[in-house]
Amino acid sequence: MSISLVLLIVMAVMYACGIFLLLERSMTRVLLGFLLVGNATNLLILIMGGEAGLAPIVGNGVTAEEMSDPLPQALILTAIVITFAVSAFLMALIYRSWRIEQDDDLDDDAADVAMRDGVSGIASETMDTSESDTEFGIRAEAAVSTARDLERSDELAAAEAANSVVAKPVTQKSGSGEDPR
Amino acid sequence: MNALVPLVVMVPLLGAASALILGRHPRMQRVVALLALSVVLAIGAVLLVVVDSDAPLVMEVGGWSAPFGIVLVVDRLSALMVVVSAAVLLAVLVFSVGQGLADGDDEAPVSIYYPTYLILATGVFTAFIAGDLFNLYVGFEILLVASYVLITLGGTEARIRAGVTYIVVSLLSSALFLASIAMIYGAVGTVNIAQISVRMAEVPVDVQILLHTMLLVAFGIKAAVFPLSFWLPDSYPTAPAPVTAVFAGLLTKVGVYAIIRTETIIFPGPELNPALMVVALLTMVVGALGAVAQADIKRLLSFTLVSHIGYMILGVALGTVAGTSAAIFYVVHHIIVQTTLFLASGLIERRGGSTSINELGGLLKASPLIAALFFIPALNLGGIPPFSGFIGKLALFEASAEQGTPLAYLLIGAGAFVSLLTLYALMRVWNMAFWRPAADVADYDSPLLHNVSEAPHAPVLQQTRSTPALMVAATGAMVVVSIGLTVFAGPLFAMSSRAGENLEGPSMYVDAVFPGGIE
Repeated sequence: MSISLVLLIVMAVMYACGIFLLLERSMTRVLLGFLLVGNATNLLILIMGGEAGLAPIVGNGVTAEEMSDPLPQALILTAIVITFAVSAFLMALIYRSWRIEQDDDLDDDAADVAMRDGVSGIASETMDTSESDTEFGIRAEAAVSTARDLERSDELAAAEAANSVVAKPVTQKSGSGEDPR
Repeated sequence: MNALVPLVVMVPLLGAASALILGRHPRMQRVVALLALSVVLAIGAVLLVVVDSDAPLVMEVGGWSAPFGIVLVVDRLSALMVVVSAAVLLAVLVFSVGQGLADGDDEAPVSIYYPTYLILATGVFTAFIAGDLFNLYVGFEILLVASYVLITLGGTEARIRAGVTYIVVSLLSSALFLASIAMIYGAVGTVNIAQISVRMAEVPVDVQILLHTMLLVAFGIKAAVFPLSFWLPDSYPTAPAPVTAVFAGLLTKVGVYAIIRTETIIFPGPELNPALMVVALLTMVVGALGAVAQADIKRLLSFTLVSHIGYMILGVALGTVAGTSAAIFYVVHHIIVQTTLFLASGLIERRGGSTSINELGGLLKASPLIAALFFIPALNLGGIPPFSGFIGKLALFEASAEQGTPLAYLLIGAGAFVSLLTLYALMRVWNMAFWRPAADVADYDSPLLHNVSEAPHAPVLQQTRSTPALMVAATGAMVVVSIGLTVFAGPLFAMSSRAGENLEGPSMYVDAVFPGGIE
């Protein structure tokens, strides 16, 4: 059985990138990783189907040797549908997580943290949240607050109120974040 | 009789569709769900009787004959698993109906709970009767997607945190399973299990070991076998009590079922058996040590679940008829008992307002019935004679002694030690939660409570809630079934021995799927 080298390399790269992304904390990257791994697996099934050939329709004067193997294609179609359903669920989960925490990062497991802090002699350290590599944690907050500002300024402009009233709570908010430092 | 085979999958699936349509009528939903699972239980019982007295039943879906179409196969093992899981699903459904009626369904959004639960049942039954490796994968995916929804039910922060662990691990295992199917197809050119078993003999041994390992790793994640088990105690305890009960009872056992099939039909050779025995040993010991360190009953039970998966893997790893038969008996026993214990812990949580043994006390006086419902399965799981746990372990040890290698004797020793550890952990729960007077809880000090860790985010003592009669009745029914396993252990063990004999050498399975022989 000869196989296409290009397909093989593409599959390997997709697996590598997919597994790398699956190991990330950010749920959005996990989703992307899952999609890559899923499609890499589909490519693997395709490769296992052997050489490409003509459409496997009986009765067009095509001999069995010239046809491509139809079973891997059926398997891939099913796998695609399953991947689609699971990624829809994951997106709903990410949205829900974002609604709760404004963040799609996975927190440290509480049991692990407790174990580190507790009897065992391992130095206590927690995840450094300032360098968290979430896909839209900080930016999302900014986006939401500017959206709020726009709404407010529209309302206030209509009411001809001073802009400083709006600015105050905003600066206070960002100010209070800087205070401890 | 073949027509009954697809009904095992069709009935819960149609039930799920009707329950979804009836989303605004919770009472009708409950009726539909109970009816669907009762019908499956009845069909499963009929199938078990038919299959036990005669050859396995094979259904060719769409009328396409075996290597081209998809086949559904019910042999003794499949029928036994369908009956037991239908009984467990039904009991847990009654339990959750009782809980939902009592709480006004604030924890479980009722419109999706019943359809999802039935879809989960569909996936479990599909996996049990699949005669085609890809269909097994589809069954796994159906049950997994339903379980994703159930484990994050309500979408609270803790459940999403726990759900993400579970979901990502399951996604990885599914991808691995699908990749193994692709590789097996590349090696033998078919996904029909019977045909694979015939053609696999011609594949070089090194390729066989590679494919075998890939499948075992994929199923090992699902079955929570050491070292692939650490996701389980993190994710199961946060789900609602009935969901945890059904996950603990059934989902890991579907993985064990797939491992039994892999070891007996697809790769009957002994190449990986020593490795599996070591894995079984570590699963037992590490799980039990984890259970001893837990203060929270649900987490403790999750660790005992992992540890007892090791016993089943031991039976499969022996590679003998006696070992496989004992493993099948142990699977049946463990599905029932583990589910019962989780249901009982659900009752304890409502009655005592907590599941931590640091907080609970005086439950024996407060509720002798719940005490009995916890005590009997606890002794059973610990392997006290005459319960089925003892019988199952005895059968496993006998099968190991029959093999007689040093590793087999080491596993017998480890198995006995682990059952003592399980008993210790469960009896500590009994001493603290039930026997200790409630007045003593505040400043109680005992060496038993030193160095046990609480569950993360353990809620402070909540208010106690009523335990509705329906919930107690469902748990009671499960306890009665578990005692039934003990009383009727003879016929049941004879049945699982016959199921084990079925699996000795794949020829019976192959003959059933290809009655006219295979090229």
